[in-house]
Amino acid sequence: MKLYPQHRRVDGIGKVTGKAIFGADQMPGHLLYGAVKRAGIPHARIVRVDTEKARNCPGVRAVLTAKDIPGAHGFGIVVPHQRVLADDKVRYFGDGVAAVAAETEEQARFAAEQIEIEYETLPTISSPEEALKSDAPLVHEGSNLAVEHRVRHGEGEKPPDAAVTLERTYRTQHAEHSYIEPEAIVAWPAEHGGIVVKGSVQNLFSTRRSLAAVLDLPLNKVQVIQTTLGGSFGGKDEAMTLLSCRAALLALATGRPVKMVNSREESFIESYKRHPYRLHYELGADKDGQLRSMQIDILADAGAYASTSQFVTWRSTVQATGPYRVPWVRTRVRAAFTNNNYTGAMRGFGSPQVNLAIESFMDELAEEVGKSPLEIRRLNAYRDGDVTPTGQQLPGKVTIVEALEAVARASDFERKWRENRARQKEAGAIKRGIGLACSYRGVSLGAEGTDAAGTLVAIQTDGSVTISSGITDMGQGAQTAMSAVVAEALGISLSQIRFLNTDTDRVPDSGPTVASRATIMGGSAAYDASIALRKRLLEFSARTYRGDDSDFRLEDNALWRCDERLMSFHEFVDKAFASGISLMALGWHKAPKTTWREEHGQGTAYFTYVYGANAAEIEVDTQTGQVRILDVWVCHEVGRVISYAQACGQVYGGVVMGMGYGLLEEYYQEQGIPRIKNFDEYTLATALDAPNIHASFLEHPDALSPIGAKSLGEPATEICAPAVLNAIFNATGRRIRELPASLERVLLGRQLRRHGIRTSLAKEAP
Amino acid sequence: MTLPESDKQPVRLRVNGESIERVIPADRTLLLFLRDDLGMTGTKCGCEIGECGACTVLLDGNPVCSCLVLVVAVDGADVLTVESLADGDNLTDLQEAFLDHDAVHCGFCTPGLLMSAEFLLQRNPEPTELEIRTAISGNLCRCTGYVQIVEAIQDAAARRRAKAP
Ligand code: FES
Ligand code: FES
Repeated sequence: MKLYPQHRRVDGIGKVTGKAIFGADQMPGHLLYGAVKRAGIPHARIVRVDTEKARNCPGVRAVLTAKDIPGAHGFGIVVPHQRVLADDKVRYFGDGVAAVAAETEEQARFAAEQIEIEYETLPTISSPEEALKSDAPLVHEGSNLAVEHRVRHGEGEKPPDAAVTLERTYRTQHAEHSYIEPEAIVAWPAEHGGIVVKGSVQNLFSTRRSLAAVLDLPLNKVQVIQTTLGGSFGGKDEAMTLLSCRAALLALATGRPVKMVNSREESFIESYKRHPYRLHYELGADKDGQLRSMQIDILADAGAYASTSQFVTWRSTVQATGPYRVPWVRTRVRAAFTNNNYTGAMRGFGSPQVNLAIESFMDELAEEVGKSPLEIRRLNAYRDGDVTPTGQQLPGKVTIVEALEAVARASDFERKWRENRARQKEAGAIKRGIGLACSYRGVSLGAEGTDAAGTLVAIQTDGSVTISSGITDMGQGAQTAMSAVVAEALGISLSQIRFLNTDTDRVPDSGPTVASRATIMGGSAAYDASIALRKRLLEFSARTYRGDDSDFRLEDNALWRCDERLMSFHEFVDKAFASGISLMALGWHKAPKTTWREEHGQGTAYFTYVYGANAAEIEVDTQTGQVRILDVWVCHEVGRVISYAQACGQVYGGVVMGMGYGLLEEYYQEQGIPRIKNFDEYTLATALDAPNIHASFLEHPDALSPIGAKSLGEPATEICAPAVLNAIFNATGRRIRELPASLERVLLGRQLRRHGIRTSLAKEAP
Repeated sequence: MTLPESDKQPVRLRVNGESIERVIPADRTLLLFLRDDLGMTGTKCGCEIGECGACTVLLDGNPVCSCLVLVVAVDGADVLTVESLADGDNLTDLQEAFLDHDAVHCGFCTPGLLMSAEFLLQRNPEPTELEIRTAISGNLCRCTGYVQIVEAIQDAAARRRAKAP
């Protein structure tokens, strides 16, 4: 397969002309608007809900509470306990208690505010540490312990003796996905019963399953269609299921289409976040820094609902020791329920937290044994054939050292690192620093769940092609990657392809579009479909124009016999169709097998891995604590690059998101009350903050991927923050172990908190 | 229970060259006027507090966050939105450059960015990288890391200079 150096996205035109239809852009006729009455307190028993006043408000067509739900009250991929509308209790500030449909959005929001709820307040659990105390009140029946995973590797109860021991604790924060498009949906009753739901949904098949359960409908009466998605980063899963279920209930109650769009404040308050972790790491090493043992204890804040905590923390468990050989490992990762926003999938999915810890920890070890960050990694990094703590021998080529050397060389790391270190004590407020970080990452879902996907390719009789897939595009470019694979296999140009947004009625359930699996899974399924079509067409040409199948090929929008151009692709497929050849094929790709034994945390966790490294050069103003990132050098081994521009784009976006995680972003709650509700206080990096980014790729086409490609979206974002923290240490000699490395943490070593409420936040519930 | 009604007022605007006369509530923002009253949904809503720039339009030639502008306060103004850029199927060189440099990922920030960039290029045909970054610093993009956007604007400027007499 050849490389596509530069090509345009198949979904680009509508996005530059303003014609692309995003969720909130849908304007069907006879539309009603939905609004939600939210808890506005973190933890309470519901005594009484009075909807009388709301029902009498102007324009109101329906007011619904949990009592009006025909099917299951709750949904959830692991535990179906997240309520569409709260029935017994509210468990976090953003829980919805009632939903209203009215003729205008204003009327709906006004009526929702008139709903009166009597609560019996319960104590708020604001941290996982509190949640696990023996006398802690329970968020859900049973226990506040949401998840516990373990890995045991190496014999004996005690770690082997070691010359050097080190023990550190790191902390990470709640982070918000901050897709610029807030959640939006329109639901309407289907013509023969059932429901249609269309909007900014990331994982259409999980949303469909929940809708069916909540509405008590069979799956074939629930249709979920994706509109052009304005970013997701893992965030438009449960958040969209919630919105979809509420809009669907209102649509069925009123018989009219209902639109619901979250304001940014509602999005902040309601949507799930990246898990905050407390990570305790202990190691034993030889005096030269060779790792002998590691003991890791991690506690995550699951928030109010289980969501995907089970899987997020599982990835952390598998990858906690980083890409290093450690003969003796004991890892425990737990997550506990609290009355904070629930936490779930966000780009990286449990890796940014452990990478922050292990990559800082490796630098601390280097410091302890008098080595450079590069030397300590070279010494300990995985090589071909090494075995991970879960007992899996790494398949294929292990390229972690190659990636490290690449960024070290490109950034002139060793020289700068030594010079900066020597200059720490010199006069001058501005200090320079350079930092290194690397990671390995399991590709796709791994032993987390069924891993298969389908893509449908249909050649039209004029030679144009339509593709649809169960894998969604959220802006990452999945449609273009899949199209590139099809274009290559059929020898046609990309401009001939039109990609249809995902519709659950028309493509097979392909699982969620998560875990950087879009290209490898959707692309491999697209490859499977196009290969089947190509075979069918070439057999037809051999029969019709005499010759061997192998004499014919499709290239340059034409059919060729050896070096002779027989006819255009258009003419050829038209002839094939006239002879009764099917021009449509469904491709299916199933990932290789993975295994997992939870008791000991052993198994083939992922069928293959990717490797990457970052070097970040920064400037610290030691008078203000401000950190400016100047340059970031990036190298990722991705199997094979399908589209160079898009691969670079994933790196650029990933690095800047990682930088925000490291320096700027924190969603802060005080006793379960959100204190940050919009982009005025949740600071995203602007074009002026973003550094120069130098991207490079290593290509070793993976035998386990039909198209050779593996993953990039998440690896690109998971190691920038530790590289920056290591650079701050190189510049100042000061180690920051808590994210984000805000001005105060860099300057004072601690965060300053505003206590009490700013006037603009005085009115709590939206 | 009644909803507090806001006063209605007549307004007259030019939107993408077309004269528009409407009677609208005094608290209607330009963003909602464009999207809900005129059905022009190219301009996006991301925060409604003037932070994200997704709603950027040109108001009498200057970029503004349309979520912060009350329509009654700009009666008589000339408004240009993303829908004004292309001429049928003919894209502007700025739009072409955005596509060529893969500066459009999810595309939700794109309409606002195109308007900020258009304003910059009209005033400054040869912007430096810093000038470009400053001009778009009010437009948040969560997908791209801005690199390809900056490249696209640089390239569009070059294309315009090459075409200029
Ligand atoms: S919607 Fe206007 S700046 Fe965000
Ligand atoms: S392209 Fe998605 S926000 Fe900019």
